[in-house]
Amino acid sequence: MADHVAGDVAGQSAADSAPVHVERATKASRIFAVLAAVVLAALISLPWWGDIGWMRLIAEMAYYVALAQLWNLLAGYAGLVSVGQQAYVGLGGYMLFYLTGVWNVNVYLALLLAGPFAGLMSIPVSFAVFRLRGAYFAIGTWVVSEVFSLFASLILVLGAGSGLSLTVPILQEISPDRDVRGTMLYLMTLTMSLFVFAIVYLLLRSRHGLALTAIRDSEPASASLGVNTFRTKFIIYVATAACTGLIGGLIFLQKLRISPEAGFSINDWTVVVIFMVVIGGIGTLEGPFIGMLVYIALREFLADYGTYYLILLGLLAIAIMLKAPMGIWGWVIHRYDLQLFPVGRRLKLESADDASKR
Amino acid sequence: MQWLNILIQGSLLGGIYALFAIGLSMSFGIMRLVNIAHGDFIVLSGYVALVVTQATGLDPFSSLAIVVPVMFALGYVLQRGLLNQTLSGGLLPPLLVTFGISIIIQNGLLQGFGAYDHRLQEGAIETASLHLPGGIDVGVYPLLVFAVAVFAIASLQFLFYRTGVGRAFRAVSDDANTAELMGIDNRKLYALALGIAMIFTAIAGVLFGIRTIFDPAAGPIRLILAFEAVIIGGLGSMWGTLIGGMVLGIAQSVGAALDPTWQILAGHLAFLAILILRPNGLFPRTRD
Repeated sequence: MADHVAGDVAGQSAADSAPVHVERATKASRIFAVLAAVVLAALISLPWWGDIGWMRLIAEMAYYVALAQLWNLLAGYAGLVSVGQQAYVGLGGYMLFYLTGVWNVNVYLALLLAGPFAGLMSIPVSFAVFRLRGAYFAIGTWVVSEVFSLFASLILVLGAGSGLSLTVPILQEISPDRDVRGTMLYLMTLTMSLFVFAIVYLLLRSRHGLALTAIRDSEPASASLGVNTFRTKFIIYVATAACTGLIGGLIFLQKLRISPEAGFSINDWTVVVIFMVVIGGIGTLEGPFIGMLVYIALREFLADYGTYYLILLGLLAIAIMLKAPMGIWGWVIHRYDLQLFPVGRRLKLESADDASKR
Repeated sequence: MQWLNILIQGSLLGGIYALFAIGLSMSFGIMRLVNIAHGDFIVLSGYVALVVTQATGLDPFSSLAIVVPVMFALGYVLQRGLLNQTLSGGLLPPLLVTFGISIIIQNGLLQGFGAYDHRLQEGAIETASLHLPGGIDVGVYPLLVFAVAVFAIASLQFLFYRTGVGRAFRAVSDDANTAELMGIDNRKLYALALGIAMIFTAIAGVLFGIRTIFDPAAGPIRLILAFEAVIIGGLGSMWGTLIGGMVLGIAQSVGAALDPTWQILAGHLAFLAILILRPNGLFPRTRD
């Protein structure tokens, strides 16, 4: 993965004579890639050895980690702290139900259209909310989501306040057999999650990722170096909306019912996702995975305590923000300089002298 | 005549939204803190008043004598002990810490009081009305709330422009670092600012609690209404916030007159329209 560059790129320093190359992977990341492939293979084969309960849980983890990666891309990299992403989850879900139920569109086609539709809707939305800065942007996106929710509750063809259900013939398009259908939905969710992660990962490794990382670290500085911050943010906003819409379609394909409260729920689709990213480590690719695991583990262990569990989650988020604002993975990077999904570029001297490593 | 009536009722409704917005506007204006838990503090004030009225037999208006100091103290301590630590590290820490506080308040109230609706009872004044010429009836209570909002903003203007503390607030708002060099203890001043903001939050919570039912989950919509009033009016302008509240109230009343289910939506749409047409609001003052 190492891009070799000419030695003179390094400049006129003492390292002038030594061949220099840019590293894009680390030893840890290569080992981890193998490990990740093994885990992925195990997850793909789960329908053949695991039960339906496990498949449900893993599917939920898969779509939550995808939502968390997207929110992290928005807030952690592009500086767009949105608390209105539930707008696109709801739009994607409603689009799927509307197309299949009213227009008899094939369920797979409807699912593929749900993403672009959410992306398209996010363009006019961005005209309004991009006028707001910082935390006001956050509340602005929330208002937009409320508007979509209120519209959905007024439109009769969308079932108004009570929402829509998926009918049996639509589900039989996937498979007439219930078990096969469960397996299909599980594999679709896993594929979607992997697809979203691949987009985010490749984007961050590309030159656009370099621009995004620069915006993350300092917006004025990146602008002064020639990064078109507005265009970058706009593209990221629309792309995340499209991916979020696709996830929304898949989520509600599994839930079989959608209503304005469920589709546009800020708690389910944004608050929980923010907790995951913040606890795991914002502005890193590893953080959302770790945060999702922590969240699911807490929820499984504390489910019996009802509201106390949410209070605990609130306290945890506050404590993390005050004591370790970079989250669990931020602490790991600080301590061990570990990167499992390297997106940066490291300059290495090929000769034995360790001057470059200090 | 029907439209004049809508205009009057909407403007009066705007008074309560302006009261919602004062606390939010103050904490943003002085410490650039956007308090996501603001709506939950409004609801919390209602619950504190509920406890006080039930425990002492006081009426809601008199309970303010206890609710206001309690909320002031809560604001002071919260800013001093927690929120001050979040102000130096960019956008996310204050946002997420207040988000956490919001979740804690909502679920704490749910645990303590259940998910039921509550309302504060103030007696005859709730239903009294004045008959104006032309067949327009104006409720005494909405009129009173509007008067309180005007008085609250006037007294804040007095505090900001006629007192020493107000001068310090303006100095910190303009340039926190220079103000500190001039001998102002920013941390104490911020704590005082959130304390004062909470006074108005408490008044808004009790007055709205007499008018409308509330439950533990009622905070977010109040935050959104307060936020819309602030943005429509223009950041940093207190009188603008009052106008913003009135615009919101009128838009909601017009929406409700067309179709009752359109009330809230009409307010949101008016907000988005103003955001697109006049991004800095109607009377902008500070820039973020």
